[in-house]
Amino acid sequence: MTDTAATQTATLANSLRNLPDEHGHFGQFGGRFVAETLMPLILDLEREYRAAKADPAFKAEFDDLLEHYVGRPSPLYFAERLTEYYGGAKIYFKREELNHTGAHKINNCIGQILLARRMGKTRIIAETGAGQHGVATATVAARFGLPCVIFMGAKDVERQKPNVFRMKLLGAEVHPVTSGAETLKDAMNEALRDWVANVHDTFYIIGTAAGPHPYPELVRDFQSVIGIEAREQIQKAEGRLPDLLIAAVGGGSNAIGLFHPFLDDKDVAMIGVEAAGHGIETGQHAASLMGGAPGILHGNRTYLLQDEDGQITEAHSISAGLDYPGIGPEHSWLHESGRVDYLPITDRQALDAFQLCCKLEGIIPALESSHALAALETKAREMGPDKIIVVNVSGRGDKDIFTVAEHLGVEL
Amino acid sequence: MSRLSNAFPADRAALVTFITAGDGDTAANLDALVAGGADVIELGMPFTDPMADGPAIQAANLRSLGAGTRTADVLAIVAGFRARHPNVPLVLMGYANTMTRPTPAGFAARAAEAGADGVIIVDIPPEEAGEVAPFTANGIDVIRLATPTTDAARLPAVLRGASGFLYYVSVAGITGLQQAAQASIEDAVARLKAATDLPVAVGFGVRTPEQAEAIARVADGVVVGSAIVELVGKHGKDAPEHVRAYIRSLKTAIEAARKEVA
Repeated sequence: MTDTAATQTATLANSLRNLPDEHGHFGQFGGRFVAETLMPLILDLEREYRAAKADPAFKAEFDDLLEHYVGRPSPLYFAERLTEYYGGAKIYFKREELNHTGAHKINNCIGQILLARRMGKTRIIAETGAGQHGVATATVAARFGLPCVIFMGAKDVERQKPNVFRMKLLGAEVHPVTSGAETLKDAMNEALRDWVANVHDTFYIIGTAAGPHPYPELVRDFQSVIGIEAREQIQKAEGRLPDLLIAAVGGGSNAIGLFHPFLDDKDVAMIGVEAAGHGIETGQHAASLMGGAPGILHGNRTYLLQDEDGQITEAHSISAGLDYPGIGPEHSWLHESGRVDYLPITDRQALDAFQLCCKLEGIIPALESSHALAALETKAREMGPDKIIVVNVSGRGDKDIFTVAEHLGVEL
Repeated sequence: MSRLSNAFPADRAALVTFITAGDGDTAANLDALVAGGADVIELGMPFTDPMADGPAIQAANLRSLGAGTRTADVLAIVAGFRARHPNVPLVLMGYANTMTRPTPAGFAARAAEAGADGVIIVDIPPEEAGEVAPFTANGIDVIRLATPTTDAARLPAVLRGASGFLYYVSVAGITGLQQAAQASIEDAVARLKAATDLPVAVGFGVRTPEQAEAIARVADGVVVGSAIVELVGKHGKDAPEHVRAYIRSLKTAIEAARKEVA
């Protein structure tokens, strides 16, 4: 949350960085679609967030924890061999995978737990899919000495045993969710059910830039450290802004964190990569923008995978972190306004990019981030060597080696 | 103005009953509710992600969707009910995503045509009231929820645009689990009735005739949901007779309460 030229332009009347409006709307998207029991609490959260944003002590503590606990700033790294391989644009990695807990998720968790403490809440809950957000939440809950319950679909508990054990080591209680399809959206339903029954003492740390206002805004703000750093780092390395930013989009917090500080830089193009699973045409995917329609779920209006009656359909992606039938509302707006292009990448393409990055750069990327890397195949090639691309390597892939081995037919 | 305006008698509390559409033989179960003495019907629209509901109604949603229930089927159930029971008010209850499809105006028109009198859309709070304006325009009451977290400062916002009745959710939580202490219900109802002329119905966690009777002494309506839904789930095609007997026991208790007229 450093003050830069980028943050100052947000005050311009025609800026793309002024949203949401006072009702939490990004154009027709966003809003506060929650049960009445939760409304007073999210209005409180909004007031508290405004106060925190204006409080230098809050910002100082956030910045200090990011530096000394998370290990920021994360490097901006010139991926020389991948650049040579494609023979086109210069490729830089924003190395969020080097953060404490191995992904960008921790940035948001630090911000939210400081808000929880500020509001006097004494119990933390969160949902998780692959377990990355669960681990990050359990981490900050341990650091701040607060009890923590993580809701995780029973299927994901089975698929992600190492992360379940990590969360338990960190002192969290992992609650397997057996309702619905037993995956991320059901974990979120169950977290909301817990929250509504425990509003008096419980803070819900939502893991992505979605949910009822003010969550999409505050998660974006906490994650914007990614883009703010990248902006300064690329200026230092290249003396100019990049031509293209690429990031994977599930809920979309790593992408909005990278994109947001650049939204008013008209010459910086942006691509959000959606998980196309087995291919959009198969119906087995997690690409809400490419294969969904606007609707209302989990507190916000946004693009959702659903049938014509509005029943939510199952998402599919090889990457558990992208396996969600919705997307943050600001992405829906950026999609409709045309400011950001969204591109589908299949499981197969992501697996290929995963292996290429391991072999050429000595970096094992998360399967989520591998979707972003896969977009380089066409984009880096078609852009000339005088162009610059920044890819958000949002997480590391250690958690994914079992999944990858299975798909490659390797027995561990 | 809808059938709801006559549904709450002055001298006793109304019995408001909920079942999920498409779970079991809904038409027969609805008839059993009426035969047992229900004054107002709440018909649940099944949804894949019922995040305000407890295990009983979640399971009912899954059974209904598993049986292939579509929105058109729910509206056909409403139309059939309306033909058989011209005077019993029926309220559709559910979540925004299915109740604003393809648009709020489009759904409101279909619901009105089928004969619905009101809607309760759990995840549309007053802050998003623009979404529900088409229901009012189609003569459908928009029933608002007040909860233990709705304080005095917020109550006017909840009441603005409310019609039909006010649904007091007596516990901060999901449907069908805990029950509220009678004293807290009495305090809340007194507070709500001082702020609105709408009838105040109390629900969440109400199961026994004794609870219904206690609530009926102070409130204008008693809402029972999960307990009925459990009967439907347990008895399948034999559910109607069990439902009717259970509703009758609740109604007898409510009539015994004989609310004191203020």
